[in-house]
Amino acid sequence: MTNAAEVAQLRARIEHAERTGRIGRSGRIAADAPVLPAAPELARLLPDRGLRTGGAYALGRSGALLTALLAAPSAAGIWCAVVGIPEFGVEAARDAGVDLARIAFVPDPGDRWLAVVGALAESISIVAVRPSGRVGDAEAARLAARLRERNAVLLVQGAWPLAEARLEIERREWTGLGAGHGLLERCTAGVRVTSRRTGAPRRGRIVLAGRPSVALGTRDVLPDLQDAQLTAVG
Amino acid sequence: MERCLVLWLPDWPVTALVRARGSTVPDDAPIAVLAGNAVVACSQAARRAGVRRGMRRRDAHARAPGLRIAAEDPGRDAREFLPVVDRVERLAPGLQIIRPGLAAIRIRGPARYYGGELPAAEELLGHLHAEGFAEAMAGIADGRFTAEQAARSAAPVRIVPVGEAAAFLGPIPVEALGDDDLARLLVQLGVRTLGEFAALGADHVLDRFGPPGAHLHALASGRDSRRVAPREPPPELAREVAFEPPLAIADQVAFGIRVAAEEFVAGLVARRLACTELRIELIGPDGGGSERVWAHTSSFDAAAIVDRVRWQLDGASADARSAEALAEGVATVRLAPEAVDPIGEHEPGLFGGVTDERVHHALSRVQAILGHRGVLTASVGGGRRLAERTVLTPWGDRPPARADAGRPWPGSLPPPLPPLVPRDPIPTAVEGEDGSPVRMMDRDRLGGRPARVRIDGAFRRIVEWAGPWPLIEHGWDPTAMRRAHRFQVVDETGSAWLLLLEDGGWSIEGGYD
Repeated sequence: MTNAAEVAQLRARIEHAERTGRIGRSGRIAADAPVLPAAPELARLLPDRGLRTGGAYALGRSGALLTALLAAPSAAGIWCAVVGIPEFGVEAARDAGVDLARIAFVPDPGDRWLAVVGALAESISIVAVRPSGRVGDAEAARLAARLRERNAVLLVQGAWPLAEARLEIERREWTGLGAGHGLLERCTAGVRVTSRRTGAPRRGRIVLAGRPSVALGTRDVLPDLQDAQLTAVG
Repeated sequence: MERCLVLWLPDWPVTALVRARGSTVPDDAPIAVLAGNAVVACSQAARRAGVRRGMRRRDAHARAPGLRIAAEDPGRDAREFLPVVDRVERLAPGLQIIRPGLAAIRIRGPARYYGGELPAAEELLGHLHAEGFAEAMAGIADGRFTAEQAARSAAPVRIVPVGEAAAFLGPIPVEALGDDDLARLLVQLGVRTLGEFAALGADHVLDRFGPPGAHLHALASGRDSRRVAPREPPPELAREVAFEPPLAIADQVAFGIRVAAEEFVAGLVARRLACTELRIELIGPDGGGSERVWAHTSSFDAAAIVDRVRWQLDGASADARSAEALAEGVATVRLAPEAVDPIGEHEPGLFGGVTDERVHHALSRVQAILGHRGVLTASVGGGRRLAERTVLTPWGDRPPARADAGRPWPGSLPPPLPPLVPRDPIPTAVEGEDGSPVRMMDRDRLGGRPARVRIDGAFRRIVEWAGPWPLIEHGWDPTAMRRAHRFQVVDETGSAWLLLLEDGGWSIEGGYD
């Protein structure tokens, strides 16, 4: 057994102990908190193979990534809100499978964004927000408690203390365009998911725009990820 | 096919007023009945002088100086109308009241008895004329809604032949639907007639206006009639309210059945049904009382049910037997659906339909923080520019029905579409290899190769690009015509952008990141 695999196994054990309540750690999410669905390509990179309710996830500014995260839950009838992101592309989201009838938009919360997010988290399962200011640890902890209590998920475009995982877009590759000709056709991008629960970042490729392709399978997933998955499940 | 006859006594509130006061009022007196400050009905003489429904009291007075004014009294309207219906019903059993002044009957039986639809209508009208209702009119058509419109079409008897409901309804203004909010919205959108409303896709209407809108849409399409036999309403939908001790005052009864009426409607909606005929039983403490079937041209909501109970109670006082049974008050009110219509096959969407109460509560709270326009719902509309294709509607408002959403828009952008769409294009700069700005040379030719684009204040190298694609708007109108060119570029970081070159200036219309 390699060192890396050993470490991963230990982490998994600690996590298991925490979840079953043998190790108390304040601020952790209950083990039986429901997990909201995610697209398969993203699910295999996320610590719980989906969005763990009660958790916060930090994203970059990618609108396509946010759209990809909202598609599966909204299509499953789960309510979502998009706060402080006035340029959210509604039509692209619809094309990506987002059910617009399940999305509420609060484009301009101004400096009331934290109050707005708190109010929405009462009954909306996924709240995506781009904070217009810094958030203190105390405020983040208060909101985290609200999220756990209400089984809601926070998606933050920006940094967030105590995030379950951080999702970042890495290399983007476009096809379809040339030097003065063509039409944007498809974009694949590397996604890196960093979580304090899974140790080493997991990497995979997703289709960020255009038709999904069958060619994107496990061969696009780096070997270290596969190891981590095998151990994290147990 | 349910052929239906509707009898209409025009200006009923005025007629009821005159009859209630005894015939001391001369026939040609200008009379107006007002609700609050607005005219709800007026006599022929007043109409000739220019008084109209909806007019304010002062304006009505100015038009007709000798105008006599009375306050609206739905109880009086019902009290005077119900005995008339009861007398006509002796000729043709099954006459149902839609509201005071308007009643409906399935015409098949009377038509067979009197030897045709027209003779039957003439027989009923003749009876009404003999009773002193010289202005009574009748309409016969497939379904009650169409028949009511036919009755209102100025001829004493108007018969819309089988299958021609849609053609007959086509030119009638949307106000005829009886839903003022919907009608106002439709008119704003340029949909002025029932025919134009019917031309909208049923799915779109259901999405935007929910089941009630879909039901009105079906009526406007003349599809009131498709129902071959009324569906047998499930008996468990009936509601019963008992009053202990019995209530003698109409207001108390009306208040007492409000919750039951709401539950009654909710139970129907949960089964995707609309109640078009409602049986109301008012039962006295010792049994007996008043039983009546009310009809509705579209469908009963809770307020409409409360009104009918009140009217029936008012009418009961005119009938000796009912009056006696209810002399001690009303002990039980029973509401039962007599006929129901299905209202749409699909799950209601966000709008007008059933929304999770808690979600609504949370969003309303955010509206309390940020204002009504602070929380929006989005849909995709028509247009060529990305930003204008996004239709944002404040939470709780009805989204505008847009006939243009499904239309092809030549020159609109092919997918994949940018997930980032600024509300207004962001000004930027594009320069060639030599650092000079890139411009259009003539109509559709670019004067140089775009090499760098300014993003977030710094220039990035363009690695791939395509364009220009002309974007012409209002091409039919030289004064309003706008002409721009679109480009797609991928910059050195792998980000792709949709750029716009208009009047020599570059801007970012969308980001593909």
